Amino acid sequence: MNQPTTPARSVLGDVEPRPGVAKPDPILVADGVQRRFGGLSAVDVEHLEVQRGTITALIGPNGAGKTTLFNLLTGFDRADAGEWAFDGTRIEKKFAYQVARTGMVRTFQLTKALPLMSVLDNITIAAGDQRGEHFLAALIAPLWRPQERRIAARAHELLDAIGMSDKADDLAGTLSGGQRKLLELARSIMAEPSLVMLDEPTAGVNPALTQTLLTHITDIRETGRTVLFVEHDMDVVMQISDWVVCMAEGRIIAEGPPRVIGADPAVIDAYLGRHHGEKHLGEKQ
Amino acid sequence: MDWGGIFADAVRTAIGVQAAAYALTSVGLNLHYGYTGLLNYGQVGFMLVGAYGTAITADAGLPLFLAILVGVAAAVVLGLIMGLPTLRLRAEYLAIVTISMAEILRLVARSRPMEGFTGGSFGIKGFANAFYDLNPIPSGDYGFWEITFSSRALWVMTVGWGLVALASLFIWLLIRSPWGRVLNAIRSDEDTARAVGKNVFSYKLQSLVIGGVIGALAGTLIAIDAQFTAPEFWDSVVTFFAYTIIILGGPGRIFGPILGSVIFWFLLGFTDQFLREAIHAGWPVVSLLEPTDIGAVRFALVGLGLMVLMIYRPQGILGSRAETLVGDR
Ligand SMILES: Nc1ncnc2c1ncn2[C@@H]1O[C@H](COP(=O)(O)OP(=O)(O)OP(=O)(O)O)[C@@H](O)[C@H]1O
Ligand SMILES: [Mg+2]
Repeated sequence: MNQPTTPARSVLGDVEPRPGVAKPDPILVADGVQRRFGGLSAVDVEHLEVQRGTITALIGPNGAGKTTLFNLLTGFDRADAGEWAFDGTRIEKKFAYQVARTGMVRTFQLTKALPLMSVLDNITIAAGDQRGEHFLAALIAPLWRPQERRIAARAHELLDAIGMSDKADDLAGTLSGGQRKLLELARSIMAEPSLVMLDEPTAGVNPALTQTLLTHITDIRETGRTVLFVEHDMDVVMQISDWVVCMAEGRIIAEGPPRVIGADPAVIDAYLGRHHGEKHLGEKQ
Repeated sequence: MDWGGIFADAVRTAIGVQAAAYALTSVGLNLHYGYTGLLNYGQVGFMLVGAYGTAITADAGLPLFLAILVGVAAAVVLGLIMGLPTLRLRAEYLAIVTISMAEILRLVARSRPMEGFTGGSFGIKGFANAFYDLNPIPSGDYGFWEITFSSRALWVMTVGWGLVALASLFIWLLIRSPWGRVLNAIRSDEDTARAVGKNVFSYKLQSLVIGGVIGALAGTLIAIDAQFTAPEFWDSVVTFFAYTIIILGGPGRIFGPILGSVIFWFLLGFTDQFLREAIHAGWPVVSLLEPTDIGAVRFALVGLGLMVLMIYRPQGILGSRAETLVGDR
C-alpha cells in the first residue's frame, strides 16, 4: 500500500481536544459503552471515535478500564450497554472471531504465544480465508498447498522484519517475553487488519527492543492501517502517537494531541492526584 | 511355568479385535484430547450409540451396511447434542456433560421401558450374520507357533485393523492441514485463535463429532465381533482405558493410540495369563490370590506400570519431550 499523500493524522490538528470529540474520518465509533463488575463500573464510555490512519494511544492508571474496553470492543467480553461501529458496520453483537474477520485485530496484555506451535505457525495461523481450514478441503492437499506456500512466504517476510527468521522452526514456548511481544505483533499483522489494537505492546520489553517495536508500530501506520494501543510509558506515548485518549475509573477524562494531554491537569490528577496522602508500600502504619 | 504359552496369549490379545477396537476409539478420542484439548470423558457413549444404532437397525431386518450408517448418524447427533450447549463454555462443562451422558445412555439402554427396543439388560444378539457372510477367508486356523486365529477372528481383525489404519490416515491428513493447525492453536490458546478470526466453537464441534464417529465405529466393531451388545459392555471404564491408551502411546501422535492399545492389551493379556499360571504353579505370595482376583490385580499392575511411565516419560512413548518442557511456561 502507498503512503497517503496527506496523512490522515495531519487533520487531527484541527480537532478540538475534549473527551468524546468527533473526528473527520473515524474508523471506529463507540457510543454509551458500559460494563459493570458487581458494583464496580469498569467501563462507562459515552462517546469515542478513532481516526483512521493514525496511532491513537489509550492511557490511564491501573484499573482505569482500558483492557476491559478492548475486550468489549473486540467481542471478548459482553457490554451491559452500548453500540459501536467499525468501518460503518455495527459489531457490538458479533463474536470475537467475527470482529477479527471484519478487520479489527487485538493483542493481549498478558502476551499470548501459542507455545506448542512453531514460531512460523504462530504467524501463518493468522492468515485469513485459508482454504485448507475447511474440513473437506483439508483432506485434499492440492486444494490448499499453493495458498499455503504464499502464506508461508508472507510469514517468513514478517519473521524477517522482526529479526526472528532463525527461530522459525522453534516452539514458540521457548521464546522470551520480549520475543513473544514481537511475535504477537507480527501475528496480528498477518491477519491483514485495518485496525490493530495493542494492549501494552512494550510492557516488559527492554529499551532497545522497545525502539524496534515502536518502529514496527509506526510502520503499521505507514502501510495505511490504524493503530490503537494501550501504554503506560509516557515517553513512548509522546514519541509515536498522533492522538491520546485518557481513561480513569472507566470514563474518558481527556483526549487530545500528546503535548496537550501531557500537560492536562485532569490527566496528571488521574495519575497522581488520587494517590496523594496514600501510604507507600512498606511504610509504617 | 509355560512362558511360551503366556507370551503367545499376550500377543494374541495385543493384536486381537479388542485391541483393534480400543485403538480405533482411541484414535477418535486422541482427536479430542490430544489434538484439540477437549475433555471428553464419555467416549464410550459414542461407542454405545454406534453399537446400538447398528444392532437395532440390523435386528429390524435392514441391511447391515445401512445399520452401520445409522450408528454413525447417531454419533453425529450425540456429538451435536453434547457439543452445542457446552463448547462455548469452559472446558469442564464438556467433561461433565459427556461423562453423565454416557452413563445416562447406558442406563436408558437397560431400562425397562426401552426393553422392546434395546433388549434391556439382555441386549441384542445375532444381528451381524451379513458381516460374516462376507468373510472371504476360507475356514481353518491361521498363524504360526501358538499364535493362531480362526478364519472368523481373522476376518474381524482384518476389518478392525483396516479401520484403524483408515481412521489414522484420515486424522493424519486433517492434522497436517491448515484445519489441523487451527485445532493445534485452540489446544494452545483459544483466545489467540479467536483473536485472529478462527471460529473456535465450530472447530471444537467438528472435532467432537469426527472423533465421536470414529468411536461409534469402534463400538460397532465390538458389537459385530461379539454378535451381541448389552449395557454392561459400555461402562465408563472403557473411556478411561482409552485415555490410558492415549497417554501410554503419547497424546497428539498419529501412532500413539495404536502403539498404546497394543501395549495395553499385551500387558493385560500377559499379567492375566502369568498370574493364572503362577497361582497354578503355587508361587509364593502370588498363590495367596484366588483366580477371581486376577482381573483386579492385573489392572493394579498395569496401573503401576503407567505410574512408572509417567515418572520417567510423562509425554508417553511417542510424545514430544520438547512440548512437555514448554508446556508450563
Ligand atoms: N473479570 C473481571 N471481574 C471483575 N472485575 C474485573 C474484571 N475485569 C476487570 N475488572 C475490574 O475492572 C477494572 C478495570 O480493569 P482493566 O483490566 O480494564 O484495567 P486497565 O485499565 O487495563 O488496567 P491496567 O493498566 O492495570 O492493565 C478494574 O478495577 C478491575 O479490577
Ligand atoms: Mg490492562
